[in-house]
Amino acid sequence: MPKHETPMLDQLETGPWPSFVTDIKEEAARRAKNEGNVEFQIPVDVCDDILGVLELSYKHGRTHWKHGGIVGVFGYGGGVIGRYCDQPEMFPGVAHFHTLRVNQPGGKFYTTEYLRQLCDLWEFRGSGLTNMHGSTGDIIFLGTTTPQLEEIFYELTHKYNQDLGGSGSNLRTPSDCVGQARCEYACYDTQALCYDLTQTYQDELHRPAFPYKFKFKFDGCPNCCVASIARADISFIGTWRDDIRIDQEAVQAYIGGELKPNAGAHMGRDWGKFDIQKEVIDLCPTECMWMDGKELKIDNKECTRCMHCINVMPRALRIGNDRGLSMLVGAKAPILDGAQMSTMLVPFIKAEEPYDEIKEIIEKIWDWWMEEGKNRERLGELMKRQGFQKLLEVTELQPDPRMVKEPRSNPYIFWKEEEVEGGWSRDINEFRKYHKR
Amino acid sequence: MAFISSGYDPKEPMKDRITDIGPRKYDEFYPPVIAKNKGKWLYHEYLEPGVYVHVSETGDEVYTVRVGGMRLMSVGFIREICEIADKHCDGYLRFTTRNNIEFMVDSKDKVKPLVDDLMGRKQPGGCYKFPVGGTGAGITNIVHTQGWIHCHTPATDASGPVKATMDVLFDDFRDMRLPAHLRVSLACCLNMCGAVHCSDIAILGYHRKPPMLDHEYLDKMCEIPLAIAACPTAAIKPAKVELPGGQKVNSVAVKNERCMFCGNCYTMCPAMPLADDVGDGIVIMAGGKVSNRISAPKFSKVVVAFLPNEPPRWPQTTDCIKKIVETYANDARKYERLGEWAERIGWERFFEKCELDFTHHLIDDFRDPAYFTWRQTTQFKF
Repeated sequence: MPKHETPMLDQLETGPWPSFVTDIKEEAARRAKNEGNVEFQIPVDVCDDILGVLELSYKHGRTHWKHGGIVGVFGYGGGVIGRYCDQPEMFPGVAHFHTLRVNQPGGKFYTTEYLRQLCDLWEFRGSGLTNMHGSTGDIIFLGTTTPQLEEIFYELTHKYNQDLGGSGSNLRTPSDCVGQARCEYACYDTQALCYDLTQTYQDELHRPAFPYKFKFKFDGCPNCCVASIARADISFIGTWRDDIRIDQEAVQAYIGGELKPNAGAHMGRDWGKFDIQKEVIDLCPTECMWMDGKELKIDNKECTRCMHCINVMPRALRIGNDRGLSMLVGAKAPILDGAQMSTMLVPFIKAEEPYDEIKEIIEKIWDWWMEEGKNRERLGELMKRQGFQKLLEVTELQPDPRMVKEPRSNPYIFWKEEEVEGGWSRDINEFRKYHKR
Repeated sequence: MAFISSGYDPKEPMKDRITDIGPRKYDEFYPPVIAKNKGKWLYHEYLEPGVYVHVSETGDEVYTVRVGGMRLMSVGFIREICEIADKHCDGYLRFTTRNNIEFMVDSKDKVKPLVDDLMGRKQPGGCYKFPVGGTGAGITNIVHTQGWIHCHTPATDASGPVKATMDVLFDDFRDMRLPAHLRVSLACCLNMCGAVHCSDIAILGYHRKPPMLDHEYLDKMCEIPLAIAACPTAAIKPAKVELPGGQKVNSVAVKNERCMFCGNCYTMCPAMPLADDVGDGIVIMAGGKVSNRISAPKFSKVVVAFLPNEPPRWPQTTDCIKKIVETYANDARKYERLGEWAERIGWERFFEKCELDFTHHLIDDFRDPAYFTWRQTTQFKF
């Protein structure tokens, strides 16, 4: 007999997609049964109460969670989100229901041994409910009480060599794509760079000293599987600057139909015979490809590396060998001034350990933003407010047409005095000798 | 329920304290075939929906079976994932950015037993526990936020609408018949913890009523200047308010007609709640993408200004999404993303084909960039 009736949630227990309602009910039953004799450190019926409070939200059409209080672990300003239920008498098991963000491993690879350790810890000291993973990338431990926070942190660090992630006005937990670990498109080692910067900037990650949140995301190629260009204050997107490598035999195999275009990604429908002219050459945004007899030719100098031809013919075309990444800056979701994409700041930079050049740029950007950014102003908003020129000035980078979509269409240039011969101090009386009042 | 100490001593918090160690290093968790072939992969190929192979220059292969995961999952569920990974994958697995679970094996003969095992596991109500799919020109898992399960600012639930939507789109999770891949995302409020603003189809929770003002408590619970500064439209100003008992308190006044319901004030000040059963609901956005393939990344555009919250299964929302997906599937060219298709046929045609009403709400009136979304040409379609 469940603790709370959940007639609305029960309707989410059918249909093909996995049901989170069933899963939480089963966890509630496991906790009640407690076959492993776990000494639960938070209420045993926490999962029953989370279903109860969710059912109430389904009935009311409103959330029943209050603002977080200031909770955390000693010495850190992030990694824990306070959460309290606004109906604690009805649902005492979730009266305090704080979240911990646990910094995920790069590429989100796991051993079962490690995952089980996390499960044991979280069953013992928390609700047993997680997000795998949160939007930023962390492992989310969903729901525990205040006294457990230090205990969990102690066990994480001492037993499992594992730290918390970021929250609040700090560097948020950086995240990366699968990268070179299992992708032939990756132009740099996303996991290595993500890990290096995460370790380098632990202080920035744990101790909020920024105007607002700051996100790093690492995409190995312009396909952007972790959406860095849409949501990171600095998007690190892999690219190359030499030639696409071509295997002409494989090109013919695609044309001949022996190889499936787009790696077979369209196999659910009969799209007809592959047509290299229509499907690759004519769709190239820079028109830099053509067939010369049986040879596929690419004018690489004109290529903008959009990935389409490589995506369609991955066995014939491969990324170049002179690889690195582009750094784009300033993306954010809509609040407050509308959504922004990242803007190209560094068209090409090598991504090689110890990444000093990359760090130099990051730190110059932070110095500017920490000095000039208003409370809760994202980097992209500061860029809008003070202008791209200011960003160039603080990063000491040279202007480059690759940084803009087009040059300005107004001539309202803020010339600086030192840019104008003779400066701005003039003698009005000298002027009047030739120009009567 | 006796308290069991981890070893932490609250009287001496700094004793033996370990901090700033970061995450576990990624390469501790690589399966052997990944560790051996990192950076050496030559190409990949989809074998069936949810199953693909990567081939290395060493001749090694890794077969990946992708499974749609609930992002909200219990430790019991994770232990079952571990059991499967132990049985088939030597104890390794990974998750994707879109909350899928990926099981990897190093030879083709291990694929079918793994897929059969995954597809054979069902929940008591008949739901698949580990549905295989989500690859190629199909629909993969929905990235989403917390919603009513754990968040204080949502205008809709997350896990519920996602479950309802994935049930409706399930055939396309298990297939690759679309012109290109189609990404659906959900954010339960405008904070957009996920990158829904660049998705092929975005489900966005939205408030439509300005904040209520808890005058008696406002000055006690909030820093009034912060609440005022939080408003992007400068709709909030300080105010002296006389309570029914005659007591005068410091509070705020809201110019309701300037409010665009972002909820930022509530984030700064809990005495200004916006949530409302009738006011809150869902905005449908469409046509965004993050990839640089062929065309530049794009924002999603608002195509339905409001649909009501209809727990538990949000039928109007799922019907609308299904209609957009089917229209796109039937009309777009191979490789064309939803937004590229809409731009090619024209948005006027998009609304006609998807049978969506074009209302005044869909014309941008928020700040300068709005001007550039209006039509400044004589070219349009009848």
